[in-house]
Amino acid sequence: MTTPLPLLSVSSLMMQFGGILALNDVSFGVAPNSITALIGPNGAGKTTVFNCITGFYRATNGVITLYGREKDTNIGQIIGEKLSVVDFIQPKILLRKLYYKMFGGSHLAARSGVARTFQNIRLFKDMTSLENLLVAQHTQVNRNLLSGLFKTPSFNRAEQLALENAYHWLSVCGLADDANRLAGELPYGHQRRLEIARAMCTKPTLICLDEPAAGLNPNETEALSVLIHTLKNDYHVTVLLIEHDMGLVMSISDHVVVLDHGEVIAMGSPDSVKNDPAVISAYLGIEEEAANS
Amino acid sequence: MDSFIIGQQLVNGITLGAIYGLIAVGYTMVYGIIGMINFAHGDIYMVSAYLGAIFLAVITFFGIDSVVLALIITLLFTIVFTALYGWSVERIAYRPLRGSTRLAPLISAIGMSLILQNYVQLSQGARNQGFPALVEGSVRVGDGAQFFQVTYLQMIIVVTAFVSMGILTYVIHKTSLGRACRATQQDPMMAEVLGINTDRIISIVFVLGAIMAAVAGILVSLNYGSFDFYIGFITGIKAFTAAVLGGIGSLPGAILGGLILGMSESLFSGFVNTDYKDVFAFGLLIVVLIFKPSGLLGKPEIEKV
Repeated sequence: MTTPLPLLSVSSLMMQFGGILALNDVSFGVAPNSITALIGPNGAGKTTVFNCITGFYRATNGVITLYGREKDTNIGQIIGEKLSVVDFIQPKILLRKLYYKMFGGSHLAARSGVARTFQNIRLFKDMTSLENLLVAQHTQVNRNLLSGLFKTPSFNRAEQLALENAYHWLSVCGLADDANRLAGELPYGHQRRLEIARAMCTKPTLICLDEPAAGLNPNETEALSVLIHTLKNDYHVTVLLIEHDMGLVMSISDHVVVLDHGEVIAMGSPDSVKNDPAVISAYLGIEEEAANS
Repeated sequence: MDSFIIGQQLVNGITLGAIYGLIAVGYTMVYGIIGMINFAHGDIYMVSAYLGAIFLAVITFFGIDSVVLALIITLLFTIVFTALYGWSVERIAYRPLRGSTRLAPLISAIGMSLILQNYVQLSQGARNQGFPALVEGSVRVGDGAQFFQVTYLQMIIVVTAFVSMGILTYVIHKTSLGRACRATQQDPMMAEVLGINTDRIISIVFVLGAIMAAVAGILVSLNYGSFDFYIGFITGIKAFTAAVLGGIGSLPGAILGGLILGMSESLFSGFVNTDYKDVFAFGLLIVVLIFKPSGLLGKPEIEKV
């Protein structure tokens, strides 16, 4: 029996900040075209996992692999690994490490197909909504200085495609009227949706949403869950989300991973996780006390 | 009679201000994108004056007699090589220090400035170098003893400077590259998440600044006809002042600051005293900063929570 290859696999991920072990031996997989939720109490290390996946943090240990569009990507590798003594007798590995040290960086994670949104909204506030979406397509447009200056046909064509794509995503996220407003002036709920639209404009295979429902009212949360379903069903994007709104998590996710104190304490379908004693004790802290006494 | 002197000093002031503006653009863009003052920028401008003289000599050696053609070719070559200098300075002195303390790149910028000065002094000698007067002639307004004149060179300087600044503004606001520059300026980490190679964008900003400095270097050499390895320092400080006056980080601010500084300097030296024109220029800066700490067109910095 073979299990289907996951889209993203995180294995034995460890992250240490000085003396604090933020993540300890975290392993999970994300199946293609699914919605996976990452939950856990505050400080469990959920956002740290996101930062490792998107290449912001260099994990202390462990491997994150994205089985992407054309090739597989090792996230740890492309952001530049530390050199070790052993590398000097393996010229191939040394060259690869040096190459990524020179030219690597977390932008490569985005280019390999990972998009993300942030817990606290990080739009380009002084740009219009449309420009925010165009910036996200930077890797797909013609960014040659001279062709931009002289408006060559290829530049215009690429720019036109980017514009159409941007308008498309604005309308999918219900922001068509806000195209030319400054992103910083939009109402809060619209800003949240614009962040998702912007992430989608990078044409990702995996989108990581960090608390997309934070600060939304029940109606907006409902609209959000519809939007997330649209992303999955119509655009075949795999969704990985961190969320505290358990109603939302239980209703939309196919798979739930529960973190506590940097360790995976449970994973499985929403129903099985909901009734897992370890999860209940992590959230309520009752069972643990009882067990200790 | 006074109106002619005012006219003459305004013409001189606009010329000077356009050049300050060209150099100030380099300071303001670099500050905008990585929040550091590139003290080596004045010396990039100095290097470009030397490069211009060298290329002009080479071109004359190859027997190109047409002044227009020679100037254009010199300008192009100088731009390319100065851009190379700008890129290398960023790559060698600033990028390895990115992510460390705010002061580290500042110190390395001062170091880079000294290195460039001494390198030029060693390789080109400490004496003044000359630049041939290629453009002569002027337009006179008025008659007899009452006139002011605009030299053709001044016209070329002002037109070239404003065309360059116009192109730069266009690049920043209308092209995909400029869009990425603005995004990186606002939130480098987010730009990185969207797949923009921010290191490359920062390099490009340094290159754009160096190109503007190269244009300024050629124009100043043409205007004054002589330069030495030390011109980068005082002009750099003045251009930096212009950038701060207009609001550092703001592109139109740098241009406006340059013009105000140039005009106030030349009006002051025309009517009051030439020796104290620098005192007046810096005094003006202090007065503006007292009433508008973020500069004329700068946005007040809002602390992000």
